Amino acid sequence: MPPVLPTPPCCPLISPATPMPASTFFTEFRAMTGFTGRFFREGFRPRYEWLELLNQCYAIGYQSLPLVGITSFIMGLVLTLRLRPTMVQFGATSWIPVMVGLTIIQELGPIITGLMVAGKVGSSIGAELGSMRVSEQIDAMEVSGTNPFKYLVVTRILAATLMVPILTLLADAVGLGACYLGINLQGVTSVALFTNNILGRLTFGEVLPAVVKTFFFGFAIGLIGCYKGYHASKGTQGVGVAANSAVVLSSLMIFLLDLVAVGVSTAFGLI
Amino acid sequence: MESTVPPAPAAALPTPAPAAEVVLTVAGISKSFGDNHVLKDFSLTLRRGENVVVLGKSGSGKSVLIKCIIGLLKPDAGTITVLGQPVATLSHVALDALRAKVGFLFQSNALYDSMTVRENLLFPLRRHWLADHQGQEDQLVLQALDDVGLPQTIDQLPAELSGGQRKRIALARTLIVPPEIILYDEPTTGLDPVTAREIDQLIRHVQQKYHASSLIISHDMSCVRLTSDRVILLSEGRSYAEGTYAELLASTDPIVHAFFE
Repeated sequence: MPPVLPTPPCCPLISPATPMPASTFFTEFRAMTGFTGRFFREGFRPRYEWLELLNQCYAIGYQSLPLVGITSFIMGLVLTLRLRPTMVQFGATSWIPVMVGLTIIQELGPIITGLMVAGKVGSSIGAELGSMRVSEQIDAMEVSGTNPFKYLVVTRILAATLMVPILTLLADAVGLGACYLGINLQGVTSVALFTNNILGRLTFGEVLPAVVKTFFFGFAIGLIGCYKGYHASKGTQGVGVAANSAVVLSSLMIFLLDLVAVGVSTAFGLI
Repeated sequence: MESTVPPAPAAALPTPAPAAEVVLTVAGISKSFGDNHVLKDFSLTLRRGENVVVLGKSGSGKSVLIKCIIGLLKPDAGTITVLGQPVATLSHVALDALRAKVGFLFQSNALYDSMTVRENLLFPLRRHWLADHQGQEDQLVLQALDDVGLPQTIDQLPAELSGGQRKRIALARTLIVPPEIILYDEPTTGLDPVTAREIDQLIRHVQQKYHASSLIISHDMSCVRLTSDRVILLSEGRSYAEGTYAELLASTDPIVHAFFE
């Protein structure tokens, strides 16, 4: 007769969607606030890691360019092609460049760029620093007489803060180029008319908040990626968790910051 | 606690004179993680040119001790003095300057994955501004690699090296800024016996060439036998026994005997 095995006690399944307890949330929030404070304390005091900052600008900015460029191109083209039938119905096809332009410059460009960089760079920073933490490379750096926070964290946060706005401007340009292409697929519009149409109706007050918020997007991506990676634990599993939570949290933070940016712009009468 | 008796005649390796300068003093340090009291009033001294092995079971606090010495962890109580400087009270700048004189060989090697062997070795060199030009840098890198017998790996990545080679490269990185004290955290763990003995010989070679003092954390008895001038047995967070390898080997204390049998 086969042995009768005891019935395992019923236990809840732990899924990634398991909510974080409130106490953990506040502990995490406090730790992240401290981490941010440390960035401002240490980031602007010598010794400055210029070379590593340049390396990170290259890794975060230049190496993200193809991904951001392709997604912006598709976004501009799809938006134009989807919008056209509706605008034709209303006899307002001449408004397509302005509508697409405003949408890209004010919202979609920054958001799509932010999300792409969060996915590519946020996870990469989280995994890289996490791996360095669990394999004692960060300790080795400290023992070598290097401040790992300055070398690894400050440079990455600064690079992300500087590069995301530049990538966004390039993404806007590519998206508008794709919009021009989309318009010309089903009609003919000159470059001069297209640019005049957009630039003639854009005001500085409409563009400025869109650019300013991308600095905050970049800062959030760098900060969260570094925080998660720098505090990784529990071996290789911890590295995966750091990379994953860096992407999830920074993506969420981009939407929250966008909401705040819209609120502030509205309050100051910029929208 | 076992009392220290005169050095055993069987000791084949030179033991530093008792009058040699003390380069490291650990005085009554304690360290706890929550309810886990890892170190309890632990003390040791290390003299110039001496190799001291701290022996103990896994989880007995050996690595915590070594990380407290280098300033990666802060002891809850007690003082640590390295080359005459109290570690706990040093500023970041002073601590960095002190760390230039103390090498640390990590158990996991801690080589920078994304850098080649050359870049791994150049990293501490450039942090301490020890080379005036690239030619001198190359010379120092090659010399450190020669010391560990691996000059051919200079352009390889750590992932392309074997475990023993990685350990040697980690040691080369420790040696490139000539240290006065070297801290070894389980230098032979995870290595096959042949490679482990090569590392043991390398530790002795380094001691003789650089006249460095070494504190070696280990539970590999062959490593203890081959590298130690003096052995401290760490048990329950305290220094349980101290003496030369031969003295502790002759001990009848059951805890000491359990390690040496």
